[in-house]
Amino acid sequence: MSSVRLLVGTRKGAFVLTSDGNRERWAVNGPHFGGWEVYHLKGSTADPQRLYASQSTGWFGQLIQRSDDGGKTWAPAGNQFAYDGVPGTHQWYDGTPHPWEFKRVWHVEPSLTDPDTVYAGAEDAALFRSVDAGQTWQELPGLRGHRSGHAWAPGAGGLCLHTILLDPSDAKRIFVAISAAGAFRSDDAGETWRPINRGLKSEGIPDPDAEVGHCVHRIAMHPSRPGVLFMQKHWDVMRSDDAGESWHEVSGNLPTDFGFPIGVHAHEPETIYVVPIKSDSEHYPPEGKLRVFRSRTGGNDWEALTTGLPQRDCYVNVLRDAMALDTLDPCGVYFGTTGGQVYGSADAGDHWNPIVRDLPAVLSVEVQTLP
Amino acid sequence: MIRVVLPAHLRTLAGVDGDVTLEVEGPATLRSVLDALEASYPVLRGTIRDHVTERRRPFVRFFACEEDLSHELPDTPLPAAVVSGAEPFLVVGAMAGG
Repeated sequence: MSSVRLLVGTRKGAFVLTSDGNRERWAVNGPHFGGWEVYHLKGSTADPQRLYASQSTGWFGQLIQRSDDGGKTWAPAGNQFAYDGVPGTHQWYDGTPHPWEFKRVWHVEPSLTDPDTVYAGAEDAALFRSVDAGQTWQELPGLRGHRSGHAWAPGAGGLCLHTILLDPSDAKRIFVAISAAGAFRSDDAGETWRPINRGLKSEGIPDPDAEVGHCVHRIAMHPSRPGVLFMQKHWDVMRSDDAGESWHEVSGNLPTDFGFPIGVHAHEPETIYVVPIKSDSEHYPPEGKLRVFRSRTGGNDWEALTTGLPQRDCYVNVLRDAMALDTLDPCGVYFGTTGGQVYGSADAGDHWNPIVRDLPAVLSVEVQTLP
Repeated sequence: MIRVVLPAHLRTLAGVDGDVTLEVEGPATLRSVLDALEASYPVLRGTIRDHVTERRRPFVRFFACEEDLSHELPDTPLPAAVVSGAEPFLVVGAMAGG
């Protein structure tokens, strides 16, 4: 029987939650790296026992941890993230030039084919790659070196590269997203990059449809259709049918189109999920009701999924990396909250149950479907 | 023999209980003690000072003999009591973060 492994990063450590394919009873293992912030951890699809985790604190900086046994044991890998060449500057909050400074890794993305190759999205925004299982890291400087790089400015959460999507149909195509620079695409394995933000509109920047400067929160794709992208932006849920060349809004009847995560059903490429949040200053669900919204039409027409979720007095947030979908049938959907709950649905979102209720604030949730 | 006291998270990371003892070749300074510490426990590289600049991380402090040595130059000799092993050299996670 298949099984499922959830990888949960929190403000104070990582947790590994496991269940059989029924997804009814869960074992909780952790905390790993207790007391450290674990922004993200993710398993390799090429070797599901190989996991990478980003561990950091303000005191002792950045570590990368690696597991070769599915999260039972971990060992530190390399933690030197040096910007290529003379780093130069980006734009600071007050408009002045500010030196690029490495702060932390927000997201780790293992290669689709090689368990020893892994990408890391950093703050200040840069993309790093390791080809030796995380022992050493090299920047892919073409991204930060894009002619717009000097003008990138941080969002409230920092100038972070938080989304990395690898195209399963084209080994040379990579998508990334940066707050608050926008989305970028490489068609040459990360050597050169260009912004893919046409169609985005952000009223909070001087030129609402500028080439860069948009606060993209998350991008998702279905592996069978890598040219179709879905985006949760600071405000607006967006869709692209041409690999990011152009975007159009699909917020439709959502109660608010602000939010952080977005995900795609494993077997229905037109079925997508978001968690609407009231506003950019009120980081909690509208009306105190925690609702996942599902569209079976690739956007615009959304239904609220509420069964099993708190429908009163709920004021948690769901962060950008904190939702994941398994590949079982029916598809499982999972998300974690800043209140420390991890909810799961074994029927594509129709019914929800708390898997755990009292973890530290959840920063990320990933899922592995195991044979 | 120099005794180094690490904060709890770095002891866990280095896999040690209690004090770390180090042999330091040449004059015992902030730099030479940290060099010896990182040579013995490579996992600590980058957690106390920057990999390249060797600048102390902002929320890490160095204490010894009831003195704050955090702002001393890297090649400043350590107190004799630390060099003799009578007093430990303390690497401290600053009280910060609530």
